[in-house]
Amino acid sequence: MKLRDHYQEAVKLFQPKPSYFFNSLKAFFVGGFICAVGQALQNLYIEIFTLHISVAQQMVLGTFILLATLLTGMGVYDKIGQFAGAGSLIPITGFANSLASAAIEHRSEGIVLGVASNMFKVAGAVIVYSVVIAYILGVIHYLFSTLF
Amino acid sequence: MEYIFAFLVGGIICVFGQMAMDVWKFSPIHVMSMFVVLGALLGSIGVYDWLVSFAGAGAIIPISGFGYALMDGVEANMQESGLLGIGPGMFAQTGISLSAAILFSFLISLIVKPKG
Amino acid sequence: MKLVGKQTWIFENEVYLQAAATAVGPTETEGPLGEQFDVTYQDLYCGEDTWELAERRLMKEAVQICLTKAKLEINDIDFFLAGDLLNQNVTANYTARDFPVPFLCMFGACSTSMETLAVAAALVDGNFARRVLTATSSHNATAERQFRYPTEFGGQKPKSATFTVTGAGAALVSREKSLFRITAATIGKVVDFGMYNPLDMGAAMAPAAASTIRQHFQDLKTSPQDYDFIVTGDLSGVGSPILRELLREEGYDLADKHRDCGLLIYRTDQEVFAGGSGCACCAVVTYGHLLKEMEKGNLRKIFVVATGALLSPTMMRQNESIPAIAHGVVLEAVKGEK
Repeated sequence: MKLRDHYQEAVKLFQPKPSYFFNSLKAFFVGGFICAVGQALQNLYIEIFTLHISVAQQMVLGTFILLATLLTGMGVYDKIGQFAGAGSLIPITGFANSLASAAIEHRSEGIVLGVASNMFKVAGAVIVYSVVIAYILGVIHYLFSTLF
Repeated sequence: MEYIFAFLVGGIICVFGQMAMDVWKFSPIHVMSMFVVLGALLGSIGVYDWLVSFAGAGAIIPISGFGYALMDGVEANMQESGLLGIGPGMFAQTGISLSAAILFSFLISLIVKPKG
Repeated sequence: MKLVGKQTWIFENEVYLQAAATAVGPTETEGPLGEQFDVTYQDLYCGEDTWELAERRLMKEAVQICLTKAKLEINDIDFFLAGDLLNQNVTANYTARDFPVPFLCMFGACSTSMETLAVAAALVDGNFARRVLTATSSHNATAERQFRYPTEFGGQKPKSATFTVTGAGAALVSREKSLFRITAATIGKVVDFGMYNPLDMGAAMAPAAASTIRQHFQDLKTSPQDYDFIVTGDLSGVGSPILRELLREEGYDLADKHRDCGLLIYRTDQEVFAGGSGCACCAVVTYGHLLKEMEKGNLRKIFVVATGALLSPTMMRQNESIPAIAHGVVLEAVKGEK
């Protein structure tokens, strides 16, 4: 197949493929590790502060959000992310990093038009779809429960 | 042991996320949004509750757990307030994560500069 | 007629690259060519408060050192041609603010270095100017925050991604005899072969480079053998083999004559994915390294082809493919000079 005439197809041979296996392996271990630590923290918080399980879970999430924000501020999270891929993106840490990195990046444009206006540059979609899906499913749930 | 399940379930959810990026070429923004929606969907049909029951943090910490928490709050609030309960309900549980992330991000931006 | 064939200018009136200067950031300083740049910075902020100011400083210093090397003042310059990657070309425009000289801002994305050099040569050759100063710059963080994600974002980049070079290159074109003669230039056309991935610029730009190089050979009736090197700007690891294949299909075998600035500027163990990119890539490697090779007598005639991807984040989101362009300039070492 001539490269020139069928470029979009033929060029695929030249494009490097991601290391599917190793990327997934790294994501698995980092993501799994974060969750295991989270489980340990949850038990710890219940033990030390005698919290209800759902409150303890919120505290764990808050802990990880704080940790991710600090690591982002230290300039380390982007390196972790390059290594772990989804392993650091999927846990709530990824969400926190997307907010923190955008906020830090746009500080040069001031705290209103920079930090505040750009904070949701990456994660805004997550919030929008959270609200949209919650409404859709909420309405469906309502219809189901009133009709049946 | 609960730690093993947390590790396994959390790890597997992340693998799906990695495949979404590597194989199906979705961007990080797409992946995060999709997983929240997935968590909400699975939460509304009860599947995610089952996952949380044995995996604990393995299901709560991934962003799909955020989607699950959305619906958990919505369903609880709808029992009292019907349709009007959807709005406040979705942030009943997720409000903590969301407000913490915003607050911490704001504060850190005042202290540090990006390092590239 | 100075236009030969369809897209190539021949500069009959002896146009020279009188002086050149380069300024680079930390990753480039640590690269294999680190010693060959005029100014090096260990910190990405280059002593400034913001990334944008850092890039501006790089361009300003490159311009100042270029003038110093030529023993000239800004008042001796007739025109300033410059461009960069940022929206509204702010680095170039705001740098020009500091130099009171008639200014032509140019945008060719990463092809700006050769675009400005070619036009400068044409202005001098055509007697529209005695001395023209050209400059271009790019900065890893400014490019990242404008085109992609915040710099501290933890998204994972694929192997095909390129690393924007932090640096600036400036060159002075005039009739003043120097070691480096600009003998010809080929202006490229915008070429789009339907690539959509902004994290794989090499594949998007290779067809543009192939188009310009092929046209150059046809216009001047030359072949790869007539040059010491055909150097591309930033096709890097992914685009370089594609270019060689595209030209091979047209009957031109680059063999061992092809080099790419994106592959020259960094070592393989530096975390730069497929290689370097950005306006500064071609500029600093050409003005810093290749000219020195010509000075040492290792190179006599090179065809430097800078490649640019003309995308914007908005167009990417609107599902447009990536158009690219490539401009090339022939530099020849003149015997018996200096």
